[in-house]
Amino acid sequence: MGDAAELVAMAKSGERSAFDELVRETYADTYALAFRLTGNEDDACDVLQDAYLRAYRSLKRFRGDAAFSTWMYRITANCATTHMVRRGRARHEELDRDAPVADGRIDGDPEAMAGVTLELNRVAIALQDLPPRLRAVVVLRDIYDLPHEAIATELGISEAAAKVRLHRARKKLRERLFPTRGERQAEERARAV
Amino acid sequence: MRCEEVVDALPQIMDGMETADRKVVRHIETCLRCQAELVQYRKLFRVLHQMRAQGAKPPPGTVGRILTGLEEAAERGAIRSALAGRRTAYVAGLTAAAGAAATAGVVVVVATRSRGGKVGQVGWPLGGRRPQAVGSLAGAILTRSPQGQ
Repeated sequence: MGDAAELVAMAKSGERSAFDELVRETYADTYALAFRLTGNEDDACDVLQDAYLRAYRSLKRFRGDAAFSTWMYRITANCATTHMVRRGRARHEELDRDAPVADGRIDGDPEAMAGVTLELNRVAIALQDLPPRLRAVVVLRDIYDLPHEAIATELGISEAAAKVRLHRARKKLRERLFPTRGERQAEERARAV
Repeated sequence: MRCEEVVDALPQIMDGMETADRKVVRHIETCLRCQAELVQYRKLFRVLHQMRAQGAKPPPGTVGRILTGLEEAAERGAIRSALAGRRTAYVAGLTAAAGAAATAGVVVVVATRSRGGKVGQVGWPLGGRRPQAVGSLAGAILTRSPQGQ
């Protein structure tokens, strides 16, 4: 089949097979985002299903200003927010620190990639440790390059609030990954209490 | 300039949300602590960017489930629109029937009165006085209203 824009045009004109093709082309990436936002496989699958249904129903409103995949990221962010609120997980999310981090698509020479994998896994774990509302902004901005305005819209907050959250999230990540001596001591004191 | 101010602004500067003025640049050039923070943020952003290509794999059968869900939604949509179409036709039929009945009723009244029937028997208000305008359907309707006098 043709490129995404062509498929979108065909899907808009009512060709279901074209939309199915768009799903096949984008679902892996969209799932990865859903997983990053929700933190587990079951929720990610629910969000993914919901996101594609929503996209299918509102395809006529997609103007094509951005790529279809970017539009899907926005819808996924919105669905994930709704899903997390509905499940009441935003406040008391339990994190399993021993759970393996699902970063399984690293190809190439294992030895050469070992260092990179280690770094990626450390950052992935630090990301999962962030509160969901902070994690969402940093994932959408720093991994998926969504503009601040789009992030604010999909998370249902003001642009200023999105920027404040982003600032906090990055700071927490930096502290977690590269703690200064003072920060390390403070963390040890907090654990001891 | 204090390190805290510079460090606080570093991620926004790297993201393009803020611009680094000369004071900040000069401070970083001479401050090892802020240089270290800059390196750390650079590393963090680099790894975060790499993560886009290293996302979690969807479990087997995911795409099939999505497509099945879409298929079901499309069928539900088709059924809904068919039902909506029938409902519209039903309501339109009822409206047409009611309109026809009302028109027929008015025509009967007008015909009765134009033949010189006893107007009082059909219930004209204000003592059964004959309405002034009865030459048209609109006139008949107007003159039947109690405010028409």
